Amino acid sequence: MAGVSLDTARQHALSVSLATGAYGLSFGALSVAAGLDVWQTLALSLLVFSGGSQFAFVGVLGAGGGPWAAVATSTFVGIRNGFYGVGLAPVLRPMRGWRRAWAAQVTIDESTAVALAQPHDDLEARRTGFWWTGVGVFLAWNAITVVGALLGSRLGDPADWGLDAAAAAAFLALVWPRLASRRAQAVAGASAVVALALTPVAPAGVPVLAAAAVAIVAGWGHPRPEEVPE
Amino acid sequence: MSAYVWTWIAIAAAGLAAWATKLAGHTVPEAWLDNPRVHRVAAFVTVALLSALVAVQTFGSGRGLTVDARVAALAVAAVLLWRRAPFIVVVAVAALVAAGLRALGWG
Repeated sequence: MAGVSLDTARQHALSVSLATGAYGLSFGALSVAAGLDVWQTLALSLLVFSGGSQFAFVGVLGAGGGPWAAVATSTFVGIRNGFYGVGLAPVLRPMRGWRRAWAAQVTIDESTAVALAQPHDDLEARRTGFWWTGVGVFLAWNAITVVGALLGSRLGDPADWGLDAAAAAAFLALVWPRLASRRAQAVAGASAVVALALTPVAPAGVPVLAAAAVAIVAGWGHPRPEEVPE
Repeated sequence: MSAYVWTWIAIAAAGLAAWATKLAGHTVPEAWLDNPRVHRVAAFVTVALLSALVAVQTFGSGRGLTVDARVAALAVAAVLLWRRAPFIVVVAVAALVAAGLRALGWG
């Protein structure tokens, strides 16, 4: 059984890495179009390594904003990654030194989602999901960013291939097993409504981050243990 | 300094801030995590953030909302998940539905 669950975690990791990596094409092309060179584009993917933050960074510069506005927006969009580390702590600890530094770097939407989609009593599968997805997306995202930056807009739009829908479907599939209880379903529904309601009025990053408030309300009281998504 | 150099400084600063944010989550004290309330909120937070992300990825369009091929693709994906289809099938069919609808000129 252990072999089967590790295979599942690796399959998730591989498909998510490829689907997410393909978006590196868009990022690379968009970054060059915004006026950054290929090295700067690659440096963003290596150092910031969080798609939403990187798109926000080049978006601000491309729209004529200053470098500090780009840093602030990109950092704000990345705040959710800090929450992910808290959610992953029971899975990944104990960690220290370089291992922790590297785990932090690859703590993103994808690695968190794949890790926590594995059975909660199978720590090995959850760790495998985290590391394989984190490192897999890191390699694919950085390699394909360079391709996108070199080829620019000649590649066409990933949306023509349905990759935007594939990314959303992958996250839906990953959060699905954690929606077993009514309370978890209510949290998911309310979070979606909050994020969509704020999208037209709030700055980038706020709509998704605001959903954390829903989680605080849901977890603050005393839900029965079986209602909490482990 | 030139704009080019400032862009490099900004990239380094954004990278450092991104990493520090991620690391902060991993370094919360063990005692906090032992608190049942923190534990519960942390469990709900990942569900909430990922669900919000799915919603924005499905309906978001810059600063607006829109209904296009992504919605149809996600509806099909939800049915497949309910029918317990494998992960890779769900993701591949969602891409096919969205790409197919767009090739036909919708969304």
